[in-house]
Amino acid sequence: MSGANDPYDPKQVAALSPEALDDAVAAAQEAFAQAGDLEALAAVRPAHLGDRAPVLLARRELGALPPAARSDAGKRVNAARVAVQTAYDARLAELEAERDARVLAEERVDVTLPWDRTPRGARHPLTTLTDRIADIFVGMGYEVADGPELEAEWLNFDALNIGRDHPARTMMDTFFVAPEDSGLVLRTHTSPVQARTMLSRTPPIYVVAPGRVYRTDELDATHTPVFHQVEGLAIDRGLTMAHLRGTLDHLARSLFGADAITRWRPSYFPFTEPSAEFDVWFPEHRDGPRWVEWGGCGMVNPRVLVACGIDPDEYSGFAFGMGIERALQFRSGVGDMRDIVEGDVRFTRAFGVEQ
Amino acid sequence: MRVPIGWLAEYVDVPAGTTVEDLDTAFVRLGLEVEEIHRPEPVTGPLVVGKVLAIEELTEFKKPIRYTQVDVGEEEPRGIVCGARNFAAGDTVVVALPGAVLPGGFEIASRTTYGRISDGMICSVRELGLGEDHAGILVLGSEGADVPPPGTPAGPVTGLDDVVIELAVTPDRGYCLAMRGIAREMGTGLGAPWRDPGAVTPPAWSGAPAWQVSVEAPERCDRFSMLALEGLDPTAPSPWWLRRRLTQAGIRSISLAVDVTNYVMLELGQPMHAFDRDRVTGPIRVRLAREGERLDTLDGTTRTLAAGDDLLITDDTGPIGLAAVMGGASTEIGEGTTAVLLEAAHWEPTGVARTARRHRLPSEAAKRFERGVDPEMTVVALARAAELLAEYGGATVVGGVVDVDTRGARPRIALDVDRPARTAGVAYPPGQVVELLTAVGCTVDGEGPALQVTPPSWRPDLTDPADLVEEVVRLAGYDDIPSVLPTAPPGRGLTEVQRRRRAIGRALAETGYVEAPSYPFVGTPALDALGLADDDERRAVVVVRNPLSEEEPALRTTLLPGLLATLARNLSRGQRDLALFEHGAVFPGGVRTPAPIPGVEARPDDETLAAVLGAVPQQPWHVAVALTGHREPRGWWGPGRPALWADAVEAARRVAAAAGVELTVRAGERAPWHPGRCAELLVGDVVVGHAGELHPRVCAALELPARTSVMELDVDALPAAPVPVGPSISAFPPVFVDLAFVVDDEVPAAEVERTIRAGAGALLEGLRLFDVYTGASVPQGRKSLAYALTLRAPDRTLSGEEVAAVRNDVIAAVEGGLGAELRG
Repeated sequence: MSGANDPYDPKQVAALSPEALDDAVAAAQEAFAQAGDLEALAAVRPAHLGDRAPVLLARRELGALPPAARSDAGKRVNAARVAVQTAYDARLAELEAERDARVLAEERVDVTLPWDRTPRGARHPLTTLTDRIADIFVGMGYEVADGPELEAEWLNFDALNIGRDHPARTMMDTFFVAPEDSGLVLRTHTSPVQARTMLSRTPPIYVVAPGRVYRTDELDATHTPVFHQVEGLAIDRGLTMAHLRGTLDHLARSLFGADAITRWRPSYFPFTEPSAEFDVWFPEHRDGPRWVEWGGCGMVNPRVLVACGIDPDEYSGFAFGMGIERALQFRSGVGDMRDIVEGDVRFTRAFGVEQ
Repeated sequence: MRVPIGWLAEYVDVPAGTTVEDLDTAFVRLGLEVEEIHRPEPVTGPLVVGKVLAIEELTEFKKPIRYTQVDVGEEEPRGIVCGARNFAAGDTVVVALPGAVLPGGFEIASRTTYGRISDGMICSVRELGLGEDHAGILVLGSEGADVPPPGTPAGPVTGLDDVVIELAVTPDRGYCLAMRGIAREMGTGLGAPWRDPGAVTPPAWSGAPAWQVSVEAPERCDRFSMLALEGLDPTAPSPWWLRRRLTQAGIRSISLAVDVTNYVMLELGQPMHAFDRDRVTGPIRVRLAREGERLDTLDGTTRTLAAGDDLLITDDTGPIGLAAVMGGASTEIGEGTTAVLLEAAHWEPTGVARTARRHRLPSEAAKRFERGVDPEMTVVALARAAELLAEYGGATVVGGVVDVDTRGARPRIALDVDRPARTAGVAYPPGQVVELLTAVGCTVDGEGPALQVTPPSWRPDLTDPADLVEEVVRLAGYDDIPSVLPTAPPGRGLTEVQRRRRAIGRALAETGYVEAPSYPFVGTPALDALGLADDDERRAVVVVRNPLSEEEPALRTTLLPGLLATLARNLSRGQRDLALFEHGAVFPGGVRTPAPIPGVEARPDDETLAAVLGAVPQQPWHVAVALTGHREPRGWWGPGRPALWADAVEAARRVAAAAGVELTVRAGERAPWHPGRCAELLVGDVVVGHAGELHPRVCAALELPARTSVMELDVDALPAAPVPVGPSISAFPPVFVDLAFVVDDEVPAAEVERTIRAGAGALLEGLRLFDVYTGASVPQGRKSLAYALTLRAPDRTLSGEEVAAVRNDVIAAVEGGLGAELRG
């Protein structure tokens, strides 16, 4: 090291010479490049960037230069130091990237391995289809009404204009409840909910009533003694059969696609007059597009309005009902009713949770 | 109702080119549902009318065989071997010639049999595919009768191309249970000319009424008509065409007299009865049954009659017929009957329905009377029957007609002419309304908008303006009704109860349970298998009077029998790991007051209505789960985890969480659970259900795997969920403290947790049991419970002193309250 009082002679300050600095930088670059991994790099770092490294020692010599020469020499030293640092950083980044690549490659897993530790559950398609239908009506402003499955005989029949000796009453294949005078039946249709609704609410009424119903049919591929219906009822001023058709068409389109429409056939129900059975055009049927029988409908018989305390001169209404099993059968291509009722998990799981 | 098209075409001029499919469509448009179309099997090849010229009896075989000579319109008669014996020389028959193929692919060829060459076959009804008549050869007629000449192609003669359309007739359309009504509908539906077979003026029979008759129950019988005939040839067979039509209609041929009454019923809709006049004793009285009366009916059954309600036809000997439903055996037409008393009456429908139901006799007659028969037809039907019996049985009418007629005037219905338009949303011109009502058979009077409509006698179902509206809209066509969506007032969406049920179902499904709804029928064995005590409230069931299975006559009071049966079914189909759930109503039994049945006429008074509604029992909505096998399957992560009691308890917690309520758990004891592994589920102080492992004996009884676990909870018993309150979230750092306590085995973890919470106070943010340990370093009979506590203040960083204070408080509370010891 030169003393501060030594006379200025740049040649005497060899460490600050451009050649010396270039050599130091070159040596550092070479050393970094030679370092094969992060440990080796760390090992050579002090020699080129540590306190005793040539470029840092050179800096200390700056004080020995006369003020006029310091500026140039300072720039040179600084440039050399930056060059060494840059070379180090670059090599460090390179080696770190290599290490990361190696380590992450080692950590590779088989992402196709299953992780089904909690088996998936499912809601029954009758439930989800019922909810779907209810939601379509809720979207139209309807409310969902419930009624008991074990029902008063009066509400299941008489309130719906099916008198004690009416042929329709014997045709209903009713489950009766003991004792003989109990006055209770397992409801044969969801229509008693209509009567309950009319007895408890004042018009305008727009309700839909899904639920489980009972008939004394043996279980086979197309029948089940316990099944599900959804019943709709609208009572308002000025309702017509055109409104009924509009409602059923909307339901059909919502459930079965934009091309679905309904077709009516005259029929008979004691609680509606006029009455119709309706078919739905189902383009996606597994056996090809076709009309599928779906349910019954009609204008609420004025006698039923009277029995439920509603003035038939002021209000009119329509009602409709359809089978949910039937809708499920053709919407989802279910061939055998027994698959719907037996609770086999293989059947139900196929439908998933379906919100 | 089975409608042979050939018969229908006798009344309706069906337009040329109309196909069976066209008729099918027309019936459906009219509201007559086509159930089935019966097409006769085809016969191909030569089938001709033949006349039997000679019969040679061959006796050398095991059974008698005939070798016949039959004229089939060729130069020479053909020799034909035949095994049947119900024909004579001179009879006209149907012959299948070699080359013909009969139904079932039966090819006819010339062949040698019984030592003769048989050059064709004389056909029976059965062989022609026309019916199941085993009587033998189809004889079209005999010598002298009006029969087609030999050689005539037999297809049209036997009506082989005749299709039968089977209709489902709704209960309001009784008139369509006869060709007469069908013809009217089809004439209108096709817009074709048609002829009413009932538009006949009966002859004016002279003489005194043929029998003495009184009707003592006119409210149940407003018209009763009779006609007597004598000289009936009891051996005269029914003509082939008549038998064929009965067969097509599904009615068995019995004898000429009976067949004629059935035929007239099918033609005109008027059920009739034929008495053997010589077996009727004294005047006929129509009256209600008396106490203790009995009647042997035609079906060979002795029936005890309902006094005061069963309506009878009686003579001096007592009952001889169950009015409108079935005749009596004592006056039945027999093989020697030559004098007949024909009856045609009009009975009140609901009384007929009661009697038919009471005696389980849904006869063809009862079916029609229940649905309404045209009272104008009684005498017309008698005349038609007399005509047929005269023509085919040689009978002649004796005396005059009996006709006890007490009918009132037919009602008139006031109808606004625009009411159909208001109902359908279609603008029907007034002229069209009148035209369509007239086509139905109504008489329409009145000026301008107010019509006075008298429905026809055969339409007792038309009583209200709405009924007339339906006729107009139906005949104009439902296809004309446009599609218009009504605007409902805003609704309130689903109720809380409905949302809760959905949430519970979804929560369980998302947790891995599969929904498995089952039939709600149970029997005592299923309740026994659950080990329910004799006085268990779940044994008080609602019993179905007419169950599908005598084994399961009652309604469920718990979801478990059905759910466990579904579990067993899945196991039997090879499943091992199962988690099922079901939710639905249960039906608690018990003694109840009967529900009144006030009738159809008007809204019942408030008191009656309250009694009706009040008698319907509560039907609580339950949810249940059942698990067996592995809850988590084995996999590459390691072995599986068997389902256990705790999964069932956790299912209950999930249900409660979905319902928005807090559930607490304590040890309980209840069938069918394992007494040491049964959790009682509570909300507040109310027990809402149970969960845990099934009792080993229940598993054994139901043949379920050991350790099967179940939960059942009464959803309706859960209180309404409060509106959740949002907590304020502290941004200050938490402090984590772990504490392990050694307590007696009997101390429930829930108790320890409750005590920690109470001791820690408001600074406790989270608490979790992370280990339960027994074994070395823990004394026998005790267990170590290790808890992780998260402490945090809402407004500051907790100081060391504060944390120490909480820690000490917790230790003091648990040690002091539960005899616990902090584990070092």
